[in-house]
Amino acid sequence: MLTLTDVRKTFNAGTINEKHALNGVSLDLADGDFVTIIGGNGAGKSTTLNAVAGVWPIDGGTIEINGQNVVGLPEHKRAKFIGRVFQDPMTGTAATMEIQENLALAKRRGASRGLKWGVTKKEREEYHELLKTLDLGLEDRMTTKVGLLSGGQRQALTLLMATLKKPDILLLDEHTAALDPKTAAKVLELSDKIIEENNLTAMMVTHNMAAAIKHGNRLVMMNNGRIIYDVKGEEKKHLTVDMLLEKFEEVSGSKLDNDRMLFSKKSAE
Amino acid sequence: MEQLQSFFKGLVTTFPNALPGNISQGLIWGIMAIGVFITYKILDFADLTVDGSISTGGAVMIVLTLNGVPIPIGMLCAFLAGCLAGLVTGLFNTVLGIPGILAGILTQIALYSINFTIMGKSIASVSVDQYPLFISMRRVAVTNGFVTVALEVGKIVLVVAAIIAALYWFFGTEYGFTIRATGCNSNMARAQSINTKKSTLITLVLSNGLVGLAGGLLAQYSGSNDVNTGRGAIVIGLAAVIIGDVLGSAILGKHFNFVAKLSFTAVGAIIYFLVLQIVMLTGIPSQFNKLFSAVVVAVFLAVPYIRKTIKTSYSRAARNAAKTLDDENNAADIENAEEGGAGDADSD
Repeated sequence: MLTLTDVRKTFNAGTINEKHALNGVSLDLADGDFVTIIGGNGAGKSTTLNAVAGVWPIDGGTIEINGQNVVGLPEHKRAKFIGRVFQDPMTGTAATMEIQENLALAKRRGASRGLKWGVTKKEREEYHELLKTLDLGLEDRMTTKVGLLSGGQRQALTLLMATLKKPDILLLDEHTAALDPKTAAKVLELSDKIIEENNLTAMMVTHNMAAAIKHGNRLVMMNNGRIIYDVKGEEKKHLTVDMLLEKFEEVSGSKLDNDRMLFSKKSAE
Repeated sequence: MEQLQSFFKGLVTTFPNALPGNISQGLIWGIMAIGVFITYKILDFADLTVDGSISTGGAVMIVLTLNGVPIPIGMLCAFLAGCLAGLVTGLFNTVLGIPGILAGILTQIALYSINFTIMGKSIASVSVDQYPLFISMRRVAVTNGFVTVALEVGKIVLVVAAIIAALYWFFGTEYGFTIRATGCNSNMARAQSINTKKSTLITLVLSNGLVGLAGGLLAQYSGSNDVNTGRGAIVIGLAAVIIGDVLGSAILGKHFNFVAKLSFTAVGAIIYFLVLQIVMLTGIPSQFNKLFSAVVVAVFLAVPYIRKTIKTSYSRAARNAAKTLDDENNAADIENAEEGGAGDADSD
């Protein structure tokens, strides 16, 4: 479904701020794989997702979606294959547009847009039913501007938007990091449900090790722009947070330096 | 005292006579302001091209008319000329990566030469006596009687209404949605497979097309076009947008929808010209026009900010804190006094 081969990216090449963000990332996702990605600060987790999404061109390597090499496609063209939810709840939606208008934009991801009405009556009914499944009461506020929603509501809506038109790949970039623990748990649960129901292939970056273990069928650990640990199936199910920390020290030869990650370890205990 | 007398005399006599003219002029500039609204409010792009493209529209209009081209086709060409100007700014911005404001300034300056070249001189005129102009200042003079004046003003009202209706439709379409999304959140737009460069381009083209059309109407209305017509046009456009916004939100509140926003932008332009007329009646020389527009825009832009800072500011926080401390000290004083004044409040 998704194949990354030796993907490389350097930011600010040739300057004092040069940063080798991705140093040959290779990863092969099968159809229906749900992989969680963890790692220290600057390990390249979000950068990997951005490389797949095509936020900027990569320096080397290939990215194939369904066997098609997409490295030459700009972000908006690649969006045809990809649903995305971002860390900042403000990023995934258009604040000055209505809930139904946001959904209508998402509904047309990858399709050509012309001079037909932006939201049709039939769609409104469809969105009404769909919003009900979120159980947030948004179905009665379809003409509300998204800017008036809470962060959690916006993330839930973004999730719905990212999967409204079934994506080949769903990218979740620390999408619960900006939410309070209770809302974060709810959004995670919703992500699980949507991924399972639609049998989606997904990548989720998280700093919460417990969540990384609990969700998905595969776990990838990154460090210094490389994948240093890749585990799936039965083996993943038996992972613990302590085993992950140990593994990190063993493979990278240093202590994990992601403060939020260590903090989430404490709160998980 | 004499000045005050002449001001009130002007307010009673000149002002009503000039009213239809000011409304017409306001409506024409309102079309231009609606163009500014599209870039400034919807796309979030401060486009300074308009200072040039309004005069381009006027130049094309007059030159074509003088060469015997029918008025409606002339107006269409004024619109298209504006579109072309917008396209240039758009290409500067999206293809060459020049920041929006600078891209607009570059086009605007370049257009000065272009406008001069189109007209072959700095001012070109067209007479309503010789050509069947769509609109003319002469016909809105009150001496022509109510019917003629009403018809003339009605024609522009109709044009403005048609433009608002067309834009309401356009921004309700799938493509209109992509422009709104681009202006609101370009990251989100791209994630939803929207080509934000293309939507930016198209918005600039559309906006400047309207500005060009306004220029074409203005040239007919005044019977002439000057390469300097557009100097400071953006400020008048912004003034109209902002006056309309403040007024509309105050009157309609929650119901201040898209159609209302466009309509109030046109109303904002009319108000601008009415206020300008009143200011002129005080006897202030006309070279202060531009100073006046700058002050109007500055004031209206500042109002929301100042309102906010009145509610919450550092000095206010300091005052509140001082008051809280005072109250606590007073309470402590009273307590001490009640306890028999054994301890001195100031000593602890």
